[in-house]
Amino acid sequence: MALINPKKKEVQVKIVYYGPGRGGKTTNLEYINKKFKSRIKSEMVTVKTYNDRTLFFDFLPFDIGVIKGHTIKVQFYTVPGQVKYNATRKLVLRGVDGIVFVADSMELRREMNIRSLQNLEENLGSMNKNLNKIPLVLQYNKRDLAKEGIPLLSIETMEEDLNKTLNAPSFPASAVVGDNVAETMKKIISLTVSSLKKKLDVGEEK
Amino acid sequence: MEFALDFTKKQLESIESILEDELIDIGVQCVVLIDLAGNVIVNLDNGESDHDVYSLAALAAANFGAVNAMANIIGEQEFSLLFHKGDKDSIHFSKVGDDLLLLTIFGKEVSLGFLRLKIAEAIKNIQATL
Ligand SMILES: Nc1nc2c(ncn2[C@@H]2O[C@H](COP(=O)(O)OP(=O)(O)O)[C@@H](O)[C@H]2O)c(=O)[nH]1
Ligand SMILES: [Mg+2]
Repeated sequence: MALINPKKKEVQVKIVYYGPGRGGKTTNLEYINKKFKSRIKSEMVTVKTYNDRTLFFDFLPFDIGVIKGHTIKVQFYTVPGQVKYNATRKLVLRGVDGIVFVADSMELRREMNIRSLQNLEENLGSMNKNLNKIPLVLQYNKRDLAKEGIPLLSIETMEEDLNKTLNAPSFPASAVVGDNVAETMKKIISLTVSSLKKKLDVGEEK
Repeated sequence: MEFALDFTKKQLESIESILEDELIDIGVQCVVLIDLAGNVIVNLDNGESDHDVYSLAALAAANFGAVNAMANIIGEQEFSLLFHKGDKDSIHFSKVGDDLLLLTIFGKEVSLGFLRLKIAEAIKNIQATL
């Protein structure tokens, strides 16, 4: 749950980019970091392995301004996608308020997307949370590869595989080019913040 | 695990004054109380340090989680305190109850033994406010 500080009138919101390894989670945050430099007061933190893959997480703090008299500090995290890093994925999921699931559109990655989403549901389950009840946005990334003749999953197939029961908002995207990266981010922020507003209303009365 | 910890203004004020009296006053540079999700609950400094406490909190929560996973592997429940020593400045981490972590950043002027004593006192007092 978001942490509300009634003294500083500040709310910290945790949004996690989840998905299979190499799907483009870090690239999403790198794009946001570049594109919205003015709203980001500190450096993006990345904990990488020697071969440049996400070891623990990436972390990017993002100020979205004032809502109901509270400064909202959004904290974006990514998780490491590789199967062996499940313990760290669980750590990063602690206290999550909103999730972006970044799926890889390459046909080859179909199974990996499905497994990663299952892994997300299991990990949330182990914290007594339910993916259906957390603000969620799906992103079908790497759509730009179609131009290069690389076989991609159709949007319909991806919806069928991943979003049939969840019915979350979804975006085809290209994180390297920046297509729909900001849209994905804006959507998850607005979903997360509106679920928070109720809590702030109650807080005002205290 | 859920971290729906809510603090009232009054609680935050008493935590701040505890940290101020016990730690800032003995020459500590900066103290940050965080939850295990990486949120900053209280941060105070001596006016001379300007650390990026939000990034520190994210990393400290993860670091603590990783160290606890190591503890489990060797058959310990957890390591309730950690200490990273630098050339000039060091960081001390200490668990507060089940859900919170106190980071203390201090320089050479402060002796570790004395600091530990004060941290233990501060934690006792903070727990009384929760
Ligand atoms: N063509 C293309 N490549 C991408 C896209 N997004 C990420 N990549 C590449 O995919 C690789 C893995 O991306 P990364 O962001 O590290 O994935 P992560 O493991 O999910 O964090 C990198 O080489 C990226 O440049 C995209 O939209 N299109
Ligand atoms: Mg990554």
